[in-house]
Amino acid sequence: MTNELDIFVGNTTLIDEDVYRLWLDGYSVSDAVARRVRSGILEQTGATAAVLQSDTMDHYRTFHMLERLLHAPPKLLHQLIFQIPPSRQALLIERYYAFDEAFVREVLGKKLSKGTKKDLDDISTKTGITLKSCRRQFDNFKRVFKVVEEMRGSLVDNIQQHFLLSDRLSRDYAAIVFFANNRFETGKKKLQYLSFGDFAFCAELMIQNWTLGAVDSQVDDMDVDLDKEFLQDLKELKVLVADKDLLDLHKSLVCTALRGKLSVFSEMEANFKPPASGAEDRTPRIPAPQNLSRGLVNVAAKLIHNKDVRDLFVDLIEKFVEPCRSDHWPLNDVRLFLNQYSASVHSLDGFRHQTLWDRYMGTLRGCLLRLYHD
Amino acid sequence: MPGKLKVKIVAGRHLPVMDRASDLTDAFVEVKFGNTTFKTDVYLKSLNPQWNSEWFKFEVDDEDLQDEPLQITVLDHDTYSANDAIGKVYIDIDPLLYSEAATVISGWFPIYDTIHGIRGEINVIVKVDLFNDLNRFRQSSCGVKFFCTTSIPKCYRAVIIHGFVEELVVNEDPEYQWIDRIRTPRASNEARQRLISLMSGELQRKIGLKVLEMRGNAVVGYLQCFDLEGESGLVVRAIGTACTLDKLSSPAAFLPACNSPSKEMKEIPFNEDPNPNTHSSGPSTPLKNQTYSFSPSKSYSRQSSSSDTDLSLTPKTGMGSGSAGKEGGPFKALLRQQTQSALEQREFPFFTLTAFPPGFLVHVGGVVSARSVKLLDRIHNPDEPETRDAWWAEIRQEIKSHAKALGCHAVVGYSESTSICEEVCILSASGTAAVLNPRFLQDGTVEGCLEQRLEENLPVGCGFCHIPYDELNMPFPAHLTYCYNCRKQKVPDVLFTTIDLPTDAAVVGKGCLIQARLCRLKKKAQAEANATAISNLLPFMEYEVHTQLMNKLKLKGMNALFGLRIQITVGENMLMGLASATGVYLAALPTPGGIQIAGKTPNDGSYEQHISHMQKKINDTIAKNKELYEINPPEISEEVIGSPIPEPRQRSRLLRSQSESSDEVIELDLSHGKKDAFVLEIDDTDAMEDVHSLLTDVPPPSGFYSCNTEIMPGINNWTSEIQMFTSVRVIRLSSLNLTNQALNKNFNDLCENLLKSLYFKLRSMIPCCLCHVNFTVSLPEDELIQVTVTAVAITFDKNQALQTIKTHVEKSLQRASTDNEELLQFPLELCSDSLPPHPFPPAKEHLESASSNSGIPAAQRAVTVEKASPVAEGNFRNRSAPPCANSTVGVVKMTPLSFIPGAKITKYLGIINMFFIRETTSLREEGGVSGFLHAFIAEVFAMVRAHVAALGGNAVVSYIMKQCVFMENPNKNQAQCLINVSGDAVVFVRESDLEVISTQQPTANCQPLCTGGEVTT
Repeated sequence: MTNELDIFVGNTTLIDEDVYRLWLDGYSVSDAVARRVRSGILEQTGATAAVLQSDTMDHYRTFHMLERLLHAPPKLLHQLIFQIPPSRQALLIERYYAFDEAFVREVLGKKLSKGTKKDLDDISTKTGITLKSCRRQFDNFKRVFKVVEEMRGSLVDNIQQHFLLSDRLSRDYAAIVFFANNRFETGKKKLQYLSFGDFAFCAELMIQNWTLGAVDSQVDDMDVDLDKEFLQDLKELKVLVADKDLLDLHKSLVCTALRGKLSVFSEMEANFKPPASGAEDRTPRIPAPQNLSRGLVNVAAKLIHNKDVRDLFVDLIEKFVEPCRSDHWPLNDVRLFLNQYSASVHSLDGFRHQTLWDRYMGTLRGCLLRLYHD
Repeated sequence: MPGKLKVKIVAGRHLPVMDRASDLTDAFVEVKFGNTTFKTDVYLKSLNPQWNSEWFKFEVDDEDLQDEPLQITVLDHDTYSANDAIGKVYIDIDPLLYSEAATVISGWFPIYDTIHGIRGEINVIVKVDLFNDLNRFRQSSCGVKFFCTTSIPKCYRAVIIHGFVEELVVNEDPEYQWIDRIRTPRASNEARQRLISLMSGELQRKIGLKVLEMRGNAVVGYLQCFDLEGESGLVVRAIGTACTLDKLSSPAAFLPACNSPSKEMKEIPFNEDPNPNTHSSGPSTPLKNQTYSFSPSKSYSRQSSSSDTDLSLTPKTGMGSGSAGKEGGPFKALLRQQTQSALEQREFPFFTLTAFPPGFLVHVGGVVSARSVKLLDRIHNPDEPETRDAWWAEIRQEIKSHAKALGCHAVVGYSESTSICEEVCILSASGTAAVLNPRFLQDGTVEGCLEQRLEENLPVGCGFCHIPYDELNMPFPAHLTYCYNCRKQKVPDVLFTTIDLPTDAAVVGKGCLIQARLCRLKKKAQAEANATAISNLLPFMEYEVHTQLMNKLKLKGMNALFGLRIQITVGENMLMGLASATGVYLAALPTPGGIQIAGKTPNDGSYEQHISHMQKKINDTIAKNKELYEINPPEISEEVIGSPIPEPRQRSRLLRSQSESSDEVIELDLSHGKKDAFVLEIDDTDAMEDVHSLLTDVPPPSGFYSCNTEIMPGINNWTSEIQMFTSVRVIRLSSLNLTNQALNKNFNDLCENLLKSLYFKLRSMIPCCLCHVNFTVSLPEDELIQVTVTAVAITFDKNQALQTIKTHVEKSLQRASTDNEELLQFPLELCSDSLPPHPFPPAKEHLESASSNSGIPAAQRAVTVEKASPVAEGNFRNRSAPPCANSTVGVVKMTPLSFIPGAKITKYLGIINMFFIRETTSLREEGGVSGFLHAFIAEVFAMVRAHVAALGGNAVVSYIMKQCVFMENPNKNQAQCLINVSGDAVVFVRESDLEVISTQQPTANCQPLCTGGEVTT
């Protein structure tokens, strides 16, 4: 006796959250059944394995049919075939578009192309996430990217409108799209300690301040591409380190303001400006005193090149986070320093690019504070 | 020219891509009614075309209006080749033809294609202008209302219940016409769908004419079925009960459906044999007038008629009075006389109703059934389907005479069914013999449907159990005792019926679903020989099914079955029997004896031991069941219950009817049996197996109850959460072990596993009850058994009594603080249930509202009974407006029950009767048979909901899937399925709506996002 056919259709579509998670996680029916058995559900309900098998199959079938609609969530709302309460629809969508931290860290900043898709096997092996689940997550990224890539208006709003995601998840996707578009390097070893949340935070700040959308809300790609003109202008900031007087003045302003407030004052003072020579040479053992200011300004000046844009995070870590960390700056000192460092530029009479500096440093300060942790 | 049909095609959405090159579609629409066709313009290159057409006007007879469906075809325009069909929508415009139902059909309909399923949606508006036609000889019956509900619909009052109406029409099945060889499957399917739609329309019109002849205005309990007779044709037949209904005007008078079984609402059949106590005080007419007088202030009286009507009660109650003990005889005789006069003009005094107005049902005799095996032959003249008519007439005659033998003049809970395999057809009819109160059956009698408040000291709920037949001249051996309730009348020891449990019946404990399942192998044979073989098997099947039912009933410690439905299905090489019923313990009937096992070889020691072991197990099970279903009848001291020595079971309980034709008609004497312990002889393996199967039936997990009637005896605090579902299973038998036992076991396992799966799936609804569990068995092929179940799971509240009081207080406070005008400013937000607000409000709004989110959504709150107030009416009007195009899809509830718990049905919009065919030639690609059927059933639900929503409704009640014929050919990667569903489209208003609006609106709005936010990781 074998079940040729076995179905259950409710007027209100039954959604089992646990099975949905198993399905999203890419388990096959038999794996899912095995996991459910292990969860002790049989003992709780007195059901048999056959019942569980049939139930799991049913849910998988339903999810399979829903998947087509989940690719365009507004369709899920307007379709007539599955009667699903709005709260459940939201749950289905939200979970479908949710992603694993481990996975997103692997593909963040990579081109969402066929090539990357081929690497999913390796990612799956590395992260322990099933290939199926990797594919779904990758396809989600790609789908969202394709839809909002060339769209007018706020990136987050566009994602929310076209994929009906929660505010939080929409922001995450905005970060993913932004990173994919600008191809920021996130995979280097020294960046490994950073979480997706760190990058997403930075992405949001950059979208708000450094993109075309920050100055003009009526352009295509406004939130996705960095403002080229702005990047061009950043070269002007070089004067802050090139002009010795300006640099000294800046340093003394910062030092005066912070004297007695920083626990690492001497390190800060030493690092602000390099001793006479060899600032760039570092011995591998002890990080040489690094010129924090020069580092930050140089990062700005280089952003005109695409390659340097990609390496933005690597540079920030190398030029700022690592030196500070090696001197054991507490986070609060970093905050005080960065605040004072950005603010005192306003008192530099010879410096003409105050607005530009604020646009650059405002964002960078936020990013650095977020990136500064163990 | 009595009617003008107007149709407007507004827009389409989610259309499929028909042009691969552009990934778009150039769609246009053909609108066809009768022989007239209109077309819209082609809307180029869009998957969401906005046609916004003019009004297409069809000037037609009302006869055509009734028969023809409106046919809307969506096509893709192609300049160089033939236009490709995208799909069709058939709209039954019948609901627009009666005044009180829908006035407009407007909404999004799924575009359906028999090969591809649903392909997008189309927005259509349909209206009808009817002109008055005074032609006496008209062929139409516009205005007669149809209800699938097998009781008097909730917002109506039965003035007269006229009785049985039936009709059948036949035609050639397009699938078997010669042309089918050269046309595409799609064309063939569409021809079939259209034909059946046409035939149903015609059938309904003809039945309507009969109703008008009887001076009725409605058909209740309308049941329409298709017989796919293959080569010999297609029969569409229908039965129903003609009534004259009056719409109840005051909304306050509705009986809240969810509460109908509760104690407070109990109504006494006022014509029932009166209370011995009141009688002992001598002729007491004045007193009784008081007893029956109306108290119009009470909210639960169904009508507020003046107390004038009470006068008419006087003679009847007077008639009932007499010397208490002996009154039964003369009273019954009198009653019979009256009923007879009321019923004798009728050819068939049958009623398809299963629940009745109070006082309608006087006595119940027992189940009567008849079956007949027929050989199908081609219907030569479709306009004169005499053979089919004659067949059914014959069976109905049998039923009638069986009822007579039980001392009854009427049959209630009547239904008819067929099972066809090749050219053999089994026709079945069954019902419950009953004695009815003539008051409802005649013209010019008093107003029906009177209700009285339950007086504390009146015995209720036993009258219908009293035997209608003569004690001295019993039609079969039965053990009678005095009624355990009133002690004046005789009752049988068990009672089997096909009706719902009367609301006033006194029941002990809870009920449960009882099933008897049986398979019998049969040799493959042709024509005449086959029919004879089946005829010979039938009586044994009936007998076995009955024995199983009786055993299981006793095992549950219960004494009556309601809603009994026995289905006998014929296949190539076997017969299947499946009986479902709801067992209850009626307080009026004696306590059932236990089950005793007796062996034939008493000398064998180990055998003895085995038997005593079994006996112990059975006794334990009975004790456990009594506890489970809370059966603790009051102890009756003066009665000697059961004689200690059980007598052997009588083997002659079957009464064969006398027809000696090739077909066999059987009457079951279903009220037989000894009051004493029931003896099972396990002298052969068969009986052994019976005992085993008795013990293998597992009770539902705790928190679950199930029944196949409308309501579960013993549960009355339903909450509003319902889940209707259909589950289908097909098993393939391995042909090696085809013995009766193996078959039985397989079949039994199939049903039990299916139930287990249902309990598991619905576990989140605990505590809950599966109501109206409807099993159907079919044998699509040699080794395949298909079981289809449709039921509704309803949650109930174990501790509602306390909460009711609390919420009442709360509610009154809330209502006081609610400003009506404020309510009406947010028509779209009124209810999260019937017209959900957009679940994704802009983010900022969400954040704001999230902070105000304080706790439980309103829908989950305890539901309490509440009178409709003008405010509620106002809300309702707002919500019943057709959903606007860009709002999300409105929720449509579906239920096989005639009511919706926690809600009031305010309007019946018309009957839904739909027939769909789905075929595939890419079975594997669609997920195999399960994927195919799963999708199809989901689509059928969707189409039903869309039609209801377009009529302005928000629920289907009395929903039934009458047919689900599934055929597969995996080798050819093909499958085909036919589904026929029906029900009543209604508008309901939640009783808790006021709460929702006044307090919970912001919560309801942000709810989806709140949950959404939480799951992000």
